[in-house]
Amino acid sequence: MPPAIRLRALDKRYPAVHALRSVDLEVAQGEFFALLGPNGAGKTTLISVLAGLAKPTGGTAEVMGFDVVRQYREARSRLGVVPQELVYDAFFTVREMLRFQSGYFGLAHNDAWIDELLDKLSLADKANTYTRTLSGGMKRRLLVAQALVHKPPVIVLDEPTAGVDVGLRQSLWAFIHRLNGEGHTIMLTTHYLEEAEALCERVAMLKDGRVVALDRTANLLRTGAERRLELRLMPAMLPESLSRRLIERRGERFVLAMPDYTELEHVLAELRRAGIRIEEMELRQADLEDVFMKLTGQAT
Amino acid sequence: MYGFRTLLYKEILRFWKVLFQTVMAPVLTALLYLLIFANVLGAHVQVYPGVSYTAFLMPGLVMMSILQNAFANGSSSLIQSKMNGNIVFVLLPPISNFEFFAAYLIASVVRGLVVGLGVLLVGLLFTDLDMAHPVWTLAFAILASAVFAAMGIVAGIWADKYDHLAGVQNFFIMPLTFLSGVFYSIHSLPAFWQTVSRYNPVFFMIDGFRYGFHGVSDVDPWLSLAVVLPAALISSWIALQLIRSGYKLRS
Repeated sequence: MPPAIRLRALDKRYPAVHALRSVDLEVAQGEFFALLGPNGAGKTTLISVLAGLAKPTGGTAEVMGFDVVRQYREARSRLGVVPQELVYDAFFTVREMLRFQSGYFGLAHNDAWIDELLDKLSLADKANTYTRTLSGGMKRRLLVAQALVHKPPVIVLDEPTAGVDVGLRQSLWAFIHRLNGEGHTIMLTTHYLEEAEALCERVAMLKDGRVVALDRTANLLRTGAERRLELRLMPAMLPESLSRRLIERRGERFVLAMPDYTELEHVLAELRRAGIRIEEMELRQADLEDVFMKLTGQAT
Repeated sequence: MYGFRTLLYKEILRFWKVLFQTVMAPVLTALLYLLIFANVLGAHVQVYPGVSYTAFLMPGLVMMSILQNAFANGSSSLIQSKMNGNIVFVLLPPISNFEFFAAYLIASVVRGLVVGLGVLLVGLLFTDLDMAHPVWTLAFAILASAVFAAMGIVAGIWADKYDHLAGVQNFFIMPLTFLSGVFYSIHSLPAFWQTVSRYNPVFFMIDGFRYGFHGVSDVDPWLSLAVVLPAALISSWIALQLIRSGYKLRS
């Protein structure tokens, strides 16, 4: 069984930027995979190469074992892409767009599946509406529907929830999750790290065109960053003995590294000895954002 | 194959949905030319014996409308899709480069022919027109529209903004079609300009097309065919190579 996605030493150089630097990556069939990284890390370029919208300058990319350059027709027919930009064709209605998209993939009679997609994505009552009159969220869902008309085994979503309100985000995630449950491989990019954390089995982090971390989400969370203790102190000062633990100070708030809970007792004792009162205290598990910050040195 | 058929259908539907702008308006424009020139010049000018000036003018106007609209269709469709970003909808599917080319080309030819037919039908209200050699007429209509359809695809891919396209249309396509014998026979021009006209392929398109109607022309229709057919093949080849290379479509 070939992997859903396989990148080998993939390189993409634009005249002004080196967008991907020898990226190796494999996503197995059926995985729910997230690609994280700050703006300009190369996420969209990576997706563009997979989709045939950009040509690699080195290395290879395969979808379900088919090379995206040499076997572009086989590769593209197995891939559904939800682009990041909210693009639409103002000339046509929702149903027309979905019929065209089906036709482009060689499907002549696809109305049963189109209706099901419209229903699942709450667009059924908009079937005969011109796409230009749809709200942003509806346009986003139409893009998802368009990517799914040919039931592709591999679905790539570039920032699928950007600009989508909270309620809709939930239902969109539930839908994507169900697709994954039905056997579709999902690869997505997102800025919402908590969503990647909650949903994705495996995560790759990109920075400056390189993969800086690639592991199961759980492993990354375990190893990537320590637990943290956040304190609001009165007076707002830290005893000298604790200063080596300090990660960040925001006014009266101090964030301390806390690799092990057993050290909590020691910290509290030091504060009491120095006569400093604890106004607020919060113990926090590392999340992907912390891992991310640690690995890339910047926020998303 | 079904992908090609769908893209062709979508491209035809695209201009059909805005019929007023893409068909009616150019028909009206040609009709205005016909009214003005035929009325002003009709009584004074006779180009070929036994052919009224209005009847002479008609094929020229029909061909000019065919060419301008065949060019406009592919170029405006592509630039719009590029500007709006929805070009990805036709770049993501497994449509081959040749199918992509053929769909845009044929849709543009269809638009050119539909407008040409419209001009012809409306024009027939004002003048009688013979059809001496309908096969020549049809052959020149199709080949000439293919040349401009292919050039439209090239321009649509090349242009980064509407401004670029308007430049090509106004400074290249318009002079090329106007200075080609739409309104006159090149024999009525001074010798120098006759020579210049013979380097304009559009002259041969219109002259050959006119031969199909009147059975007379400035040059032998076979010579015109020998110019227009290679022009169609070369411009199509360039458009296809451009699509194959991914130029400005696939970075």
